[in-house]
Amino acid sequence: MKKVVRVAAGQGFWGDDLDAPRRQVDGGPIDYLMLDYLAEVTMSILQKQKERDSSLGYARDFVGAVESVLPAVLDRGVKVIANAGGVNPPACAAAVMSATEKSGARGRLRIGVVTGDDLLSGLDDLMSQGHALANMETGEPLSTVLDRVLSANAYIGSEPIVEALKGGANIVITGRSTDTALTMAPLRYEFDWAAKSWDQLAAGIVAGHIIECGAQCSGGNCLYDWRSIPDLANVGYPLVEVRADGSFVVTKHPNTGGRVSVPTITEQLVYEMGDPHSYITPDVVADFTTIRLAQDGENRVLVSGIKGKPPTDKLKVSVAYRAGFKAVGTLVYAWPDALEKAQLADRVLRERLDRLGLKFEQILSEFVGATATHGSLAGDQRAAPEVQLRFGVRGPDRAAVERFTREIAPLVLNGPPSVTGFAGGRPKVEEIVAYWPALIDKSVVKPRVDIIQ
Amino acid sequence: MRIRLLDIAHARSGDKGDTANVGVIALEPRWYEVLDQFVTRKRVADHFEGMIEGDVERYELPNLNALNFLLHGALDGGGTLSLKTDAQGKVYSTALLRMMIDVPDADAMRLQLPAAK
Repeated sequence: MKKVVRVAAGQGFWGDDLDAPRRQVDGGPIDYLMLDYLAEVTMSILQKQKERDSSLGYARDFVGAVESVLPAVLDRGVKVIANAGGVNPPACAAAVMSATEKSGARGRLRIGVVTGDDLLSGLDDLMSQGHALANMETGEPLSTVLDRVLSANAYIGSEPIVEALKGGANIVITGRSTDTALTMAPLRYEFDWAAKSWDQLAAGIVAGHIIECGAQCSGGNCLYDWRSIPDLANVGYPLVEVRADGSFVVTKHPNTGGRVSVPTITEQLVYEMGDPHSYITPDVVADFTTIRLAQDGENRVLVSGIKGKPPTDKLKVSVAYRAGFKAVGTLVYAWPDALEKAQLADRVLRERLDRLGLKFEQILSEFVGATATHGSLAGDQRAAPEVQLRFGVRGPDRAAVERFTREIAPLVLNGPPSVTGFAGGRPKVEEIVAYWPALIDKSVVKPRVDIIQ
Repeated sequence: MRIRLLDIAHARSGDKGDTANVGVIALEPRWYEVLDQFVTRKRVADHFEGMIEGDVERYELPNLNALNFLLHGALDGGGTLSLKTDAQGKVYSTALLRMMIDVPDADAMRLQLPAAK
């Protein structure tokens, strides 16, 4: 058994730094490269792509990422674990195989493909068996939006990834596994943590939570002493060095920018936190009030003391459904009285939409540069040098939203003065794919692992 | 003594549906007691009055010298439904750090708290 297992994070979301995976394998020794591609809305985007072309529906950036780290996988034994499969993990695996064949990988890659999270085709059956898939926030049953559902995926845990590693996979591709499982699985595999080693499993979850957003724990988006954080242009992505007892050090490769310190790690620990006593995952419930942090040399933070308890018998399900249309338009008003001019433009625009008889579920106007993000807490902004009116509408009727987009530009000539910043043209109408969180009995979700080579 | 939260704490915020969370962390471990005592659930609910539609919950993490607040109904529906600039609640963190608190002078001296400018 290895004494220390190193898991490095190379992608915090789909759209993150394309070169980060390569920098993580080249910058120093690592055993696993973990790549997280899936945010809540990503699955629905991928589902739309799969509808247009059945060979798509996965995070295509992943193929390039594998190519960029292929020598490390083939020659140094670095294993790659990613939820890049989206709604089509087998197609993702096939794309990786075909892209890497010419690079001497033929017969040397074993790709573990984890499926079974996708509930879309069985949704009607599940509902008729009494699984309401009620919205966790509103309590409404899924039947209210069932005809508009685009994708439905259960968040599955680390077990199928562990199984793929046991099957000799050097690349594991999942669909909607939990972000934290991508880090936890190699630790369970290497240290042979039993299914009821709650404290170790909880440590794996905390390690995963810390690194799943990439550089957001190593100096990126860090408020604490932000001016002094060095060389963000070359920011080091994080890695964890984990021991069998579950204690671990968060660090980054030498000669990289950013910072790993108790404050940078603490900021990431509280990110998207709910009840800290119960961070619920399919494998374990972790208690974030037991985490101990200590600086352990430069750019090293020791994390220990973590306690866990048994998981629930439910899995979280992420359903995406079509929820109408929206558009957002902007105009900039300049000093003097920038805010007052923008406010008048807002009133004029509302009155015109009203006269046109356009109905929306929601109209929101914000004054960027004055109150858009901090509301009245921002204080008196009447002296602001410029204020952007940001005007958004949302509703079920595409034509009404489309009509709204034509009402911004006229204000340049027939509204309040000192207006500019309209060069971007007419706002674009966007279809809204909304997110419906639900729970389902664990027993009805059957993860499956295939090894292809 | 009047203290600005920004001078004694840092913070990060994020979203879960229509709820924003703000984790507030003491800049010095000894200042956690000030957060714990003065940045109450009620104080935070009053601070954000008019900006959020739902309740505020508070959790303590003395191990991290931090408090975690859940601001329900803070994101205009949240996620892709929201029309807000800050649809994912990323900067509720610094909005909370605008808060001013009044700490008894003796405590402020003992803890060497910086007075608000």
